[in-house]
Amino acid sequence: MADVTITVDGKKITAPAGSLLIEVCKSAGIEIPAFCYYPGLSLQAACRMCVVRQEKVPKLQTACTTQIAEGQVFFTDTPEVVQARKATLQLLLGNHPLDCPVCDAGGECELQDMTFKYGAADSFYAEPKNHREEQKWSPVVYFDRPRCILCYRCVRVCGEGMDVHALAVENRGSSSIIVPNVPAQLPPDSLPHLDCEQCGMCIDICPVGALTSGTYRYKTRPWEMNHVATICTHCGDGCKTTLGVRSTTDGSQIVRGDNRDKSGINGDFLCNKGRYAFDFANSRERLTQPLVRQPGGELKAVSWEEALTYVGRKFTELLDTHGGRSFGVIGGNRLTNEEAYLLQKFARSVLHTNNIDHHRTADYVAFAQSLAGTTGRAASLRETLTAKAVLLVGGDPTNQNPATAWNLRTNVRHNGAKLYIANTAEIKLRRQTRAFLQVAEHGYGALAAYLAGDDSLAYAAAADNAALAGFRDAVRSEESLLVLIGNELRGVELKRLIDFGLALPGAKFALLADYVNSRGAADMGLLPDLLPGYTPIGPIDTSDPSSRIALEYRSPTTPGLDLLEIFEAAEAGNLSALYVVGADPVARFDVDPASLTGTFVVVQEMFLTETAALADVVLPAANLYEKSGSVTNSYGDLQQVRKAADRAGVRSDFEMIVRIAGKMGADIHKLVPFGVGVRAGGTQADMGQTRGAQSGEADRHAVWLTANNLEPRLNPFDPSAILDEIQRLVPGYDILRLQLLSGIDQHLQPAATPIRNEAGLMQIGNRRDLVLPANDTLFTSGTLGSYSAVLNELQHYQPRQALIHIDEPAASG
Amino acid sequence: MPRLVSHPDEVIVLKRRFGQGAAKIDRYIELDGYAAVQKAIAQGAESMPGWIIDTMKASGLRGRGGAGFPTGMKWSFVPKTSAKPKYVLVNGDESEPGTCKDHVLFREDPHAIIEGAMIAGLAIGAKTGFIYLRGEYRYLLNIMERAVADAYAHGFLGRNIFGSGLDFDIITQTGAGAYEVGEESALMESLEGKRGVPRIRPPFPAVVGLYGGPTIINNAETIANVPHILLLGGEAYARLGTERNGGTRLFSISGHVARPGVYELPMGYPLRKAIYEVAGGIKDGKQLKAVVPGGASCPVLRADEIDIGLDFDQLAKAGSMLGSGGIVVLDETVSIVEFALRTIKFYQHESCGWCIPCREGTDWIKKTLTRVYEGGGAKKDIDTVQYIAENMMGRTFCPFGDAAAMPTLGFVKKFRKEFEEYIEGKRAGTPTMKEENALVEIL
Repeated sequence: MADVTITVDGKKITAPAGSLLIEVCKSAGIEIPAFCYYPGLSLQAACRMCVVRQEKVPKLQTACTTQIAEGQVFFTDTPEVVQARKATLQLLLGNHPLDCPVCDAGGECELQDMTFKYGAADSFYAEPKNHREEQKWSPVVYFDRPRCILCYRCVRVCGEGMDVHALAVENRGSSSIIVPNVPAQLPPDSLPHLDCEQCGMCIDICPVGALTSGTYRYKTRPWEMNHVATICTHCGDGCKTTLGVRSTTDGSQIVRGDNRDKSGINGDFLCNKGRYAFDFANSRERLTQPLVRQPGGELKAVSWEEALTYVGRKFTELLDTHGGRSFGVIGGNRLTNEEAYLLQKFARSVLHTNNIDHHRTADYVAFAQSLAGTTGRAASLRETLTAKAVLLVGGDPTNQNPATAWNLRTNVRHNGAKLYIANTAEIKLRRQTRAFLQVAEHGYGALAAYLAGDDSLAYAAAADNAALAGFRDAVRSEESLLVLIGNELRGVELKRLIDFGLALPGAKFALLADYVNSRGAADMGLLPDLLPGYTPIGPIDTSDPSSRIALEYRSPTTPGLDLLEIFEAAEAGNLSALYVVGADPVARFDVDPASLTGTFVVVQEMFLTETAALADVVLPAANLYEKSGSVTNSYGDLQQVRKAADRAGVRSDFEMIVRIAGKMGADIHKLVPFGVGVRAGGTQADMGQTRGAQSGEADRHAVWLTANNLEPRLNPFDPSAILDEIQRLVPGYDILRLQLLSGIDQHLQPAATPIRNEAGLMQIGNRRDLVLPANDTLFTSGTLGSYSAVLNELQHYQPRQALIHIDEPAASG
Repeated sequence: MPRLVSHPDEVIVLKRRFGQGAAKIDRYIELDGYAAVQKAIAQGAESMPGWIIDTMKASGLRGRGGAGFPTGMKWSFVPKTSAKPKYVLVNGDESEPGTCKDHVLFREDPHAIIEGAMIAGLAIGAKTGFIYLRGEYRYLLNIMERAVADAYAHGFLGRNIFGSGLDFDIITQTGAGAYEVGEESALMESLEGKRGVPRIRPPFPAVVGLYGGPTIINNAETIANVPHILLLGGEAYARLGTERNGGTRLFSISGHVARPGVYELPMGYPLRKAIYEVAGGIKDGKQLKAVVPGGASCPVLRADEIDIGLDFDQLAKAGSMLGSGGIVVLDETVSIVEFALRTIKFYQHESCGWCIPCREGTDWIKKTLTRVYEGGGAKKDIDTVQYIAENMMGRTFCPFGDAAAMPTLGFVKKFRKEFEEYIEGKRAGTPTMKEENALVEIL
C-alpha cells in the first residue's frame, strides 16, 4: 500500500494506506486505549474505548477499525473523546466487583490503568451489582465471572489463535457470559469445564483478573515478584518465558510463568508447559544434598566437599588404572550450551576420552552434514511466521512444538501461507493445510525419495498415489519453501529430503526436536565421533582449521563409544566409570541395572531418577531456571538463559564439572578461561585504572567493560567465560554477543565440515540409529515432566463430558 | 391477529390486494401479479438492470425498516461483477414495538414480496433471495412457504424465469426471537447460523454481505413496493408523497385510539389527522398525552407537538424519527415513568451485549428506573438516567444503543416534571405494569 499522511492531534503521521488508526497512532507514540482490540486477532469494535473524533464524520469513530486514508484528520484527546471513554469505564465499573485488593491482576490490570487515567472511579449507581459465583474450569483455568468485561479476547485467542474453540459467549445483553465447552453436569459437579489444550493463552490475554491461573491465583501480588525473562526448559522451540520469582526461606521460588515479554521468538505465545510446568523445581522430591553410596549399599547425604573430593579421587584413580577409554560420559538435553561444551571438553581434555554421547531426540548430525557447504538454508523459528509456503514432513507440532504450531496457524491466518503436511497421522495442523498427504506407515523414507524424483517408491510412500503426485507437484512449484522436518526422518532419509529441498530455489530447513537444548547438545559436541560444531575426529593436521579444537584439547584422535556402546561396555565389564550429567539413560534406554555393578557411577541430577538410584555418587543439580547461560533451539536460534530461581543446596552442572576437574588436579584456567578479558587474544582487564575510573564509578565502569566484552571473569564458575571460547572455536557460533546478552535471539547457521564420502554423511554404515524421540505430549516432558505436579494433574484431568463437536473449518484459502 | 382496517384518506398502493385472497397465486395473478417482473424482463437483458434501478431511484422510495435510506441508491452500490455470488435478502424480522405492518403484508400479499425480491435480484444480478421472517412470525411462515412453493410450481421461480434465461431461487428462514437480528448485519450473521451480533461496517452489505457476497438487504415493505412501483412508474409513485419522501407507507397505529390498525398513508400525511381522523381519535373521550411516532425507538412527541407531517425529514427536524411507522398513541392515563421503564426493559432484554455502552447502559437505566417506579427514586436518578443515555448516544457498535437511548432521553427531557412529581409521590397516570407485560397491547 502506498503511504498516506494523516493528522492526529495536530501531528502529521505518514503510514501505509489502509493501516489501522490504532496501530498508526501507537507507532507515533499516541496511545489509544482499548480492551477488545488485540493485534493479530479479528476486530471487534466492542469495547468502544478507542473512540476518536474524525473531522467531518458525525459520530465518534473506533480507531481499531478505522483504516487510514490520505488527508484524514483525527483528534484523540478532546473533552468529548475523554468523556466517552470515561462513561464507558463508569458503565463497566458499575458491575465490576472492584475487588482489586485481592485480585491477581491488581497492579497489572488494564481496567485499573484506564480507570487511573480517565478518573472514572466514582460509582453513582445505587443498585446492587450483578454477581455470579467464580468457577473452576480446569486445574489451571479459573473464571471469576463478575470481573469479566466481555472483551472477547479469550474467545478469539482460543478460536483463532489456538484453533481449539473451547470458549464462547452464552446468553445475551447484560446476561452475556463467557462459557467453556463442557457444559455443567448434574450435581455435585455442577460446573462447566474446559476440555482444551490448557495453554492458558486466555489467562495471558485477559485484560483484567477474570481468567486466573490455577497455579498462581492468590499466591502473591505482582509487585512482590522479580520478573526474569529466560527460556523455557521444555520443548525444542525454546520459547522465552517470564518467570515471577519470590524469596523463600531456602532460596527463591518461581510462582508464575507467563509471557509478558513479547519480544521473544515466541511472540505472543506460550504453551501450558512454559506457563505452569516450572513446578518440578519446587517438588518435594528434589535432591538438595549430595549422596554417596555407603559400603552397606545405601545412599547417604554428605557434604559437598566430601562428595566432590570422593568423585575427584575415584576418577583420578580409575583414570590412572584403567585409562580414559574405560570412562563413559553422558550429557543431557537441558544443559546450557556452556555446560554441554564444558562437559565434552572435560571428557576429552581431562578424562581423555571420546566416549561421550547424549540422548539424541532428532538427527542433528545428519541435518548439519546435509546442509554442509550451503549458506542461509537453516530457518529460524521466526520464519515459520512469515514463510509463504511451508512443508511439514512428520512431527506433530501441536503437541510437541506448540510455538511452531501457533506460528504456522498465525501465518496461514494472517498471510495466507500455504501449508503442506505429510504425516502418517491426521495431526491437528492439517486443518490449516492447503494439502494434507496421509503417509503410509514407515513411509517417510519412501516419501523423501519420491519427492526427490524416485517414482519407484511411490507405493511405499502413500496409499493414494494421485494425492501423492499432486502433493509433489504442488510442493515442487513453491519458491522459498520452508521445510520443517519431524524427528521421524533420520540419516539417509533426512538427507534425501534435504537434498530434494536444496534443489528448490530458496528452500530453508529446520529439524524439530524434543527438548530445549537438544540441538545445542549436538552442536556442542556431546557426540563420540564429532567435536563441537560437527568437526570430525581424526588425525590432527595443524594446517587444517578443523583440527583447531582437537589441537587445543589434545583429545584422543579416534572416535569413542556411543551411548549404547557405553552400556555394552559396562555389561562386558569394560567401563570403569560413568559420568551422567542431566540425563536418565537407564530408564530411557532400558539399561539392565546389574550391568553397572562394576562401574563407578556419578550422576548430576535434580531427582533420584532410575539412573541416579544406581549411582555411587549423586550430586544435586540446579535446573535451567536456576542458572545462566545460553541454549540453542531446534531451529538454531541461540538465546540467553537468565537465572531466575535459587534453591539452597543445589549447584549448577557447570560448577560441579569445574569442581570435579579441580579435585582431579586439572588446570582450571585451561578448562575455563577465567581471570582474563578475552578480547584480542587475552587482554588483561584493568578494572578501570587506565580510564582513570574513580571510586564510585565502579558501576558505570562495569557497564563499559561488559559492553566492550572486557569484563573480567573472576571465577571459573562464570559460564560466560566459556561462551568466549565457544564463540572463538565452534563453527557457526561466532555470533554477536552483545545482542545475545541483551536478550535478543541470534540465529545460527550450522557450519558442519563437509563429509567426503559417497553418502555425504558420517554415520552411515558404521553407526546405529541412535535417535530416540521422546514423543512428549502437551502434558509430558521427559523425566522432568513426571516431577511436575501440574503436568501430572493435567494428564489425568478428564472433563466428564466429551468435547462438544465443532465442525472442522474448511482449509483456508 | 391484526384486522384489516381502512379509511378514505388512505392512498392505496401496497394495500391494493389486501383482503382479496392474494395469498393464493391464481388470485395474485388476476390482480396484476407477476406483471411487474415480466415488464422488467421485457426491457431486454442489456437495459433491464439499469431500467429497474433508475425507476427505483425516480420513485424516491426510502427504506421502510426505519433508517429511510434511498432504495435505488442502495441497489446501485452493488458491484456489477463479483467473484462471489450476490444475494437479495428480505428483512421480515419485524420486531420494533408498535409496528405490525410486515405482519399484514406477509399474510395478505406474500407474492408481492417474492416478486419484489425477484426484481431486486434481476437488478443486481443475484440468483438467490432469502426471505427472513421474525422468529415469532413462525405462523406466517406457512403462508410464505406456500406462496414460494406455488411460484415454483408455476415456473415463476427457479431456472430461466419468464424466459429471461436468468435463474432465481428463494429460500425462507425464520429467526430465533431476537430484536437485534432486525439489524441488517446481525440478520446476516443469524442467517449464516451464527450468533445474532452485528458486523463491523464498512464493508457494507452491498459489497460484502451474506456469505461474503454482495447483498442487498431491504425491509419486507420496501421490497413489496417494488412491483407496484415498476407498474406505476417511478415518477408517479414519487408524486404520491412529499419531496424526497416518495410514495406511501404503511403506518401501524396502536394504543389509545378508537380504530387501531395498519393504514396506508401518503408520506407527509399530518400526524394529527392520522390520530384524530384516520384512527378515529382517542378512545373513550380521553385526552392525548403523547405519541411515539415511529416505533419504540423514536423519541416521544408531546400532545402539543403533533402538528407535523409524517415523513423522514419533518420528524427528524422535530427531534424524533419516522422509524418503522409504528405510531403508538398514549392517553392521559399513561404514566410516562412506567412507559419509560417498559420501553427500556424491552431494550435491556434485547441488547445483544456485544458492546459495553449498550449492554451496561440499558441495564443500569432499567435498574434505576425500576427503583424509581417502585417508589425508591430520588431526583438525581433522573440525572443519572439522562447521563447514561446521553453517553450511549452515538457511542455503540450498532444503532441499537441509540434506539434505546433516544426514547429514554425523550421521556426524561420532555416529561422531567412528571418524573420529579412521581418521585415526590404525586403519581400521574395509573401504573398497570406486570412483569410479563409487553410494551403495549398491539391492536
